[in-house]
Amino acid sequence: MTITAPAADVATRGLVEIRSVSKSYGAHEVLHDVSLTIEPGEVVTILGPSGSGKSTLLRTINHLESVDRGWVAIDGELIGYEHRGDRLFELKEREILKRRTQVGVVFQNFNLFPHLTALANIIEAPVALKRLSKADARQLALGLLERVGLADKADAYPRQLSGGQQQRVAIARALALQPKVLLFDEPTSALDPELVGEVLDVIRDLADLGTTLVIVTHELGFAREVSDRIVFIDHGRILEVGTPADVLGNPQHPRTKDFLGKAL
Amino acid sequence: MTSVLPRTTVDADTPVRHDVHAPGTDFGALTVVHTRHWGRWILGALVVFVVAQLVWSLFTEPGYHWDVFAKYFFAPAILRGLGLTLLLTVVAGSIGFVAGGVLALMRLSKSPLLSSFAWAFIWFFRSIPLLVQVIVWFNLGYLYPTIGLGIPFTAEYFVEFQTVSLISAFAAAVLGLALHQAAYSAEIIRGGILSVDQGQLEAAAALGLPARVRVTRIILPQAARSILPNAFNEIIGLLKGTSIVSVIALSEVFYVTQVIYNRNHMVIPMLAVAVVWYTILTTVLSIAQFYIERHFAKGSVRELPPTPIQRARRWVSEQWARLEDEPAPVPAKAAPEEARS
Repeated sequence: MTITAPAADVATRGLVEIRSVSKSYGAHEVLHDVSLTIEPGEVVTILGPSGSGKSTLLRTINHLESVDRGWVAIDGELIGYEHRGDRLFELKEREILKRRTQVGVVFQNFNLFPHLTALANIIEAPVALKRLSKADARQLALGLLERVGLADKADAYPRQLSGGQQQRVAIARALALQPKVLLFDEPTSALDPELVGEVLDVIRDLADLGTTLVIVTHELGFAREVSDRIVFIDHGRILEVGTPADVLGNPQHPRTKDFLGKAL
Repeated sequence: MTSVLPRTTVDADTPVRHDVHAPGTDFGALTVVHTRHWGRWILGALVVFVVAQLVWSLFTEPGYHWDVFAKYFFAPAILRGLGLTLLLTVVAGSIGFVAGGVLALMRLSKSPLLSSFAWAFIWFFRSIPLLVQVIVWFNLGYLYPTIGLGIPFTAEYFVEFQTVSLISAFAAAVLGLALHQAAYSAEIIRGGILSVDQGQLEAAAALGLPARVRVTRIILPQAARSILPNAFNEIIGLLKGTSIVSVIALSEVFYVTQVIYNRNHMVIPMLAVAVVWYTILTTVLSIAQFYIERHFAKGSVRELPPTPIQRARRWVSEQWARLEDEPAPVPAKAAPEEARS
């Protein structure tokens, strides 16, 4: 089987190419020959039952999980490897980190740094990576907090915030590096039902701004409303890709029908 | 049966019931009778008796020779010994904890070579009693009469030193204490690092933070919370452990007291000098521990507990307010007991 090379000379922002990606944990294959292209500015939701590999797929996009076979590229740049001649060279830590900053991640459990205030959480990366001076990063962070509706919580520690507020700070933190692609790994699964809405509102705003968004979620209503395309994945294979109307309204694959039947 | 309970409103028509569940009972007017804990009182009395007996003997037992104690407590020789004790603690402690940190990171490294080396180091230096180790370092000259830089695995040296002159008693003491400390603190630091949630590492990696920043800014400050209590145990242990180097005639405070009581035969008062000094130093360290732990608790508790000084100040101001017969200023961050009263 041949695996094609990533698109060359892409001048766009936020093109994600996933090509023939396979990944196993021991004998258990979590991803099997997965290929998917996500256009710049597109909002793609990945649906699937627990253990289907959807989170793993999301995490390969910024090399939090390495792949056993195939490749992932953002705007034609391979994630984790460099293509020279007929070989793929594993990148040095520094290069991996540099490419990683093009992709922001929002985790299910927020993963805010508990010993830093909301503001310090946001400015940590831009300052540590010498992108911005401390004063500029502060300005940026305050603006981002304003955008997620938490301008008054700049000096609060994560533990002093509700789950929904923590997740909104986490989104602001991911935005501070101005990524081309934002990944959401079940961003509302750890939240009380009444806090889900405030986080989804923020994500909806981002979708309108033209950043490429890849979202793993169980919120079908939200997925229908916000996504350009929906990907259904089960047992590490993509079973169906299409518009929300197609995948949710008129599923073709029996597994999709079964899953949606249970979820709705 | 006559009721002593104040009844507020009882309907004339309903029969009066004197049981406490009667709808008219005003619970606010009931007196609460606390359970008596007789066992606590008896044990408490026993403890007070024992302590009183001890204190009484401190003052009346002539064997303490408090005059001798007072004479030597600030003696220049003792103070010099104390200085050396502190110097050993600081130098061996610093080297020990820095080396321990490096060993902990090596032990967690993905390289099997580095992690096995760290494991073996820790295994070896935890196996040897500190006392034995100090004596071995002191006597290293018997094994390697000279130490030098030269061509590896040969006896060709560019520079060469006499081991005896290179490893003085002080160097032997520092080496022994520091290596011993490194092995123990490595495990403590490793435990602290492991206690930090894996998600923190992922979040730091996802933000593209370089390894050095991840360790120093994200992992270690969070690990500090579980490292510190054990680390202070170790530092206090090290402070007292320095008394072991008296075997190689290094004149730290315990060695000095021994020298003095061998001369004047005032064993107990001289030992008391050492005991009181060790206690003072440990107290200082314990106070430092409280404030340092409090600093690293930021963010992990919603509200920092008040320091003893803050608590004392609040208590004084409350008592003062009570004396002036004004309502006590209820602090905004009242502790539960205060809120109840």
